[in-house]
Amino acid sequence: MAAKSKPKLEDRKPVVIVDDVHVVYKVLASGKRASRANAGGGMFSRGLKLREVHAVKGVSFTIYEGDSVGIIGTNGSGKSSLMTAIAGVNPIEKGAIYASARPMLLGVGAVLIPAISGLKNILLGGLAMGYSRKEINASAKAITDFAGLEEFIDLPMKAYSSGMSARLRFAIAASRDHDILIIDEALSVGDQQFRNRSEARMREMRDNAGTVFLVSHSMKSIIDTCTRCIWIEKGELIMDGTPKEVVKAYNKFVGSTTVD
Amino acid sequence: MSVAEYAAKHGLKRVGAREPFFSYLKHAWLRRDFAYTMAQFTNQASMAGNRLGRWWLILQPAIQAGVYGLIFGVLLGSSRPHNFVPFLFTGVFLFAFMQSAFQQGASSITGNFGLVRSLSFPRILLPANSTIQQIFALMPQLGLLVVTLLLTGQQISWSWLLLVPIVALMIIFGFGVAALSARLTVQIQDLSKLIPFITRIMFYVSGIFFSPARVLGHYPVALKIAELNPVYVYISLARGVTISGYSASLQDWVAGIVWALVALISGTWFFWRAEERYGREI
Repeated sequence: MAAKSKPKLEDRKPVVIVDDVHVVYKVLASGKRASRANAGGGMFSRGLKLREVHAVKGVSFTIYEGDSVGIIGTNGSGKSSLMTAIAGVNPIEKGAIYASARPMLLGVGAVLIPAISGLKNILLGGLAMGYSRKEINASAKAITDFAGLEEFIDLPMKAYSSGMSARLRFAIAASRDHDILIIDEALSVGDQQFRNRSEARMREMRDNAGTVFLVSHSMKSIIDTCTRCIWIEKGELIMDGTPKEVVKAYNKFVGSTTVD
Repeated sequence: MSVAEYAAKHGLKRVGAREPFFSYLKHAWLRRDFAYTMAQFTNQASMAGNRLGRWWLILQPAIQAGVYGLIFGVLLGSSRPHNFVPFLFTGVFLFAFMQSAFQQGASSITGNFGLVRSLSFPRILLPANSTIQQIFALMPQLGLLVVTLLLTGQQISWSWLLLVPIVALMIIFGFGVAALSARLTVQIQDLSKLIPFITRIMFYVSGIFFSPARVLGHYPVALKIAELNPVYVYISLARGVTISGYSASLQDWVAGIVWALVALISGTWFFWRAEERYGREI
């Protein structure tokens, strides 16, 4: 991909435009292999230099109203970097991202405060998203029920299992209709029952003219819930099309024969 | 048609773009409840694991002041400043606020990286949150200070009420410093290693347990610098309005107001300039 990539500009109403986006991480590292020869002299590690990791290399696409987009790719392909960039929480090196509303990101890394109770985290998460105390108190019960945490909601979140806290985070983010919601593998930790409930909620949001991005390694949920699929590999966009055809090509690439 | 024009035609805005300064501040102000609630919850959480719970808010500063009182009281012998106990307590408590505003402010972005990476909100709420936490810690200390003043026989008077604007100025100053150091530690992480030394030096040069006028009497320039040091200014103002034998000079008041405004304006401005970069790893 030598030439600068450009998003297609159609006449349907766009919701998100990703225009030649690059994400670069700068990491302070020695860049030497860990070996016996290098083991000494580590104390005043000279040769510590700024290494660049080019995670997203010029990706462009346009998402239209009512699209629900599956994002697939192998581990380390740049999916999450791109999603955090779209959410505006990860600075981009080059290019631009435009959106019709502030995209809401829901990722596995989304941590509130582990030492306080689930209920207080509901309040805090809501306040951070810009809702008023009154609005949050009104929806707190529904969030708790959706997450299925009625008995545990007064316990500190550090006492939750990883599945439980992921469920709570999803419930907080999904409690309101967002114009643009990005779900980054947040569902993978939940059990089947919760997965069904949240997929239903995602379809509901999409039907309310919301746009949903779903990053997942489950090809089944991509095919079940998405209307479009984008495949990213080594920071570059490989394919953009209907979920069925993209998943088929991706499965061939990773050498998988089943759908899930 | 360029992409930017196409986006503008459909009413799309650039994601993560830094807002103009004043609308940024306005948005931050609208979400102040988040900073306040987070401070409240973190405070509760930090106390929850201890058996004595909130009592530590009083016990910790009391023990600290007691230790310093014992050490410096003995060390300094007859060269102790006049009315030493209230003098020292005022210094230790107000210094503790400014020190932790600086320290906690410095880690307010780096220490909440998960939050920064998962939710977008005006980032200045994080140094604001850490300053509010320090205010919660300061309040019981001020109560303890008033008790100390009464126990050491200071005459209660209307001028004590001036502690309110003095503490307000100090809080504004502390917030400005928190915002400055928050951005600096994001961009130069090595700075966090130097912070303990900076606060130690400030402790020894800010007249916490000695009076600069007595020590630096023969060096007018050095004395002037010591007296204009913001940490000393707020402590000296507080002593001036409460302890007999001390007075708050006009110079102290002017310096206190100027320092607060300078820190507030330069801190928020400097912090806002890097708003788009706080999610970055380095």
